[in-house]
Amino acid sequence: MSVVETKPERLDGWNRPPVILPDGEGELLEVAMGPHHPSTHGVFRMDLALDGERVVRLKPVFGYLHRNHEKIAEQASYLASMPYTDRLDYICSLTNNWAYALAVEKLAAQEVPERAQYIRVILGELTRIQNHASSIGFLLQEMGASGTPLMYAFKEREKILDLFESLTGSRMMCNYMRFGGCRVDVSAAWLDAARKVVAGLPQFVDEFETLLSSNEILMARCQGVGVLKPELAVNAGVTGPMLRASGVDYDIRKVDRYGIYDRFKFRVPLGDHGDVYDRYMVRILEIRESIKIVEQALKEIPTGPIMDAKAKIRGFRPKPGEAYGRIEAPKGELGFYLISDGGPNPYRYRVRPPSLINLTVLEDMCLGSNVADVVLIFGSVDIVLGEVDR
Amino acid sequence: MEEIKAAIEAAVPGAGVEFVPNPGSAAEHSLRLVPASAIAVATFLRDDADLALDFLSNVSGVDWPDKEIAEKVKVTRTVTKTVDGIEQQVEETVDETRKRVEPGCLEAVYHLYSVAKKHGPLVIRMRTGNRSDRVDLPSLTPVWRAAEFQEREVFDLYGIIFTGHPDLRRLLMWEGFKDHPMRKDYVEPDDYEYEPTPHDQVLARALEHKSRD
Repeated sequence: MSVVETKPERLDGWNRPPVILPDGEGELLEVAMGPHHPSTHGVFRMDLALDGERVVRLKPVFGYLHRNHEKIAEQASYLASMPYTDRLDYICSLTNNWAYALAVEKLAAQEVPERAQYIRVILGELTRIQNHASSIGFLLQEMGASGTPLMYAFKEREKILDLFESLTGSRMMCNYMRFGGCRVDVSAAWLDAARKVVAGLPQFVDEFETLLSSNEILMARCQGVGVLKPELAVNAGVTGPMLRASGVDYDIRKVDRYGIYDRFKFRVPLGDHGDVYDRYMVRILEIRESIKIVEQALKEIPTGPIMDAKAKIRGFRPKPGEAYGRIEAPKGELGFYLISDGGPNPYRYRVRPPSLINLTVLEDMCLGSNVADVVLIFGSVDIVLGEVDR
Repeated sequence: MEEIKAAIEAAVPGAGVEFVPNPGSAAEHSLRLVPASAIAVATFLRDDADLALDFLSNVSGVDWPDKEIAEKVKVTRTVTKTVDGIEQQVEETVDETRKRVEPGCLEAVYHLYSVAKKHGPLVIRMRTGNRSDRVDLPSLTPVWRAAEFQEREVFDLYGIIFTGHPDLRRLLMWEGFKDHPMRKDYVEPDDYEYEPTPHDQVLARALEHKSRD
């Protein structure tokens, strides 16, 4: 990859004088978009400078939902942080659990039994499906397709959340994975119910695509908007569907082959242009690939224990050392960096939030586009503020 | 890891890279860079054809507070003692506990991967001189844009000043906030957003009532 040396002009400080346009035609209009704006997915602010409808500057402002998750986790035991990871990216709590469990298992050299690995893959991919479906729904909502596409997505998401609820007891705050396995075993009835839901998914995606993919308005609004160059994407640490929409073949499921991802056949969809439409399309295709993975996993799931017999729940103290565990979460690379000093709680607990780091390029994507497109570009990044602000 | 270290030292003379072993089972060892040559080393790591570490995944701050270490030292000293009724100068060895303060530091840890070659991670780290007045490190944002928000966060929560960062402001805490909350010795103020409530009056009355008994 080549060097990215150009960077748009940055702002520093808050109390800057109003910008006067060079030809003396007037001032730039400064707009604070958010923190209470329907398209910001929570409390997030973008300070825009506009020249007419055109965005000249965009400065994201974070921290409205900051509760110092890392500090809290450093004061609690390893296991006590597990339910708290649910609250990071609250749309996909199961993948958060998985990433944290993976990092701790790496730190403490724990093995995960076969069956638990399969359960993790099934739940992780179901999480990805429901995340992508609802993120597309939200994107369409922001485009002005009020309600209908979102409800189509939510109808399907609801079925998956019902599965989560019947297994873990909670629709969104699942708190399901443990270091060295999973909390409760799946029953045969649950697997049958999951098979039924998964069997219905391809039809949903077809329907969704018929509704959207060649929709004239969607194409006109999304194609060529918010283009992200692959060189910049890699350099700025962008991960997940956003990176792949820019045409960079990097999927941690394929690269690290964590868990048992080397056993499944699936492809990594890539975009050509890196615009909003490609991000939409990559998510649709990823849903299709995830369905394939879940089908394979549901077919092959073995019987056996779901917890490592040597796993220690109480008095868990990993040896001193450090580990960085990462997974391909629906939003990108979710990593946990842990340093143990041999005590019952982590000395250092760091979350690598994909949502925050994907926003690094928000300004670069938005410069020169219309205000109305900022909403779309921001929606196509797919963030959750619980994870951005932590 | 040794090869990478050798390659760095061949490419950047006087890089002063130090190998830091990781005793844990993950065995992700790391390299400690000297702040003066960090930018040159980072640029080499990114642009070298074999390493091609073009993707900076994670930047984290770590706080290592000053440590007070108690050591037992054997001290020989001359004492005046009365032996056999005569006052004599005698050499005597005593155990003494001495306290030594090991200065702490702030550390920035970077996890690098290669998207082009699909390998990694390489962990590099840098340490500040101390925790109070020598807290600046060179920013790696010019090399990897991915560090932009993450270094801002480390500055915000740990107080490491990244020189050369294009826009070093607080990220999560508000402007005007004074301390760095992720430091180990941070004390939470107990009057955060304190507002008197009717409940306070009830408590005061309860206290008064109690004192009457």
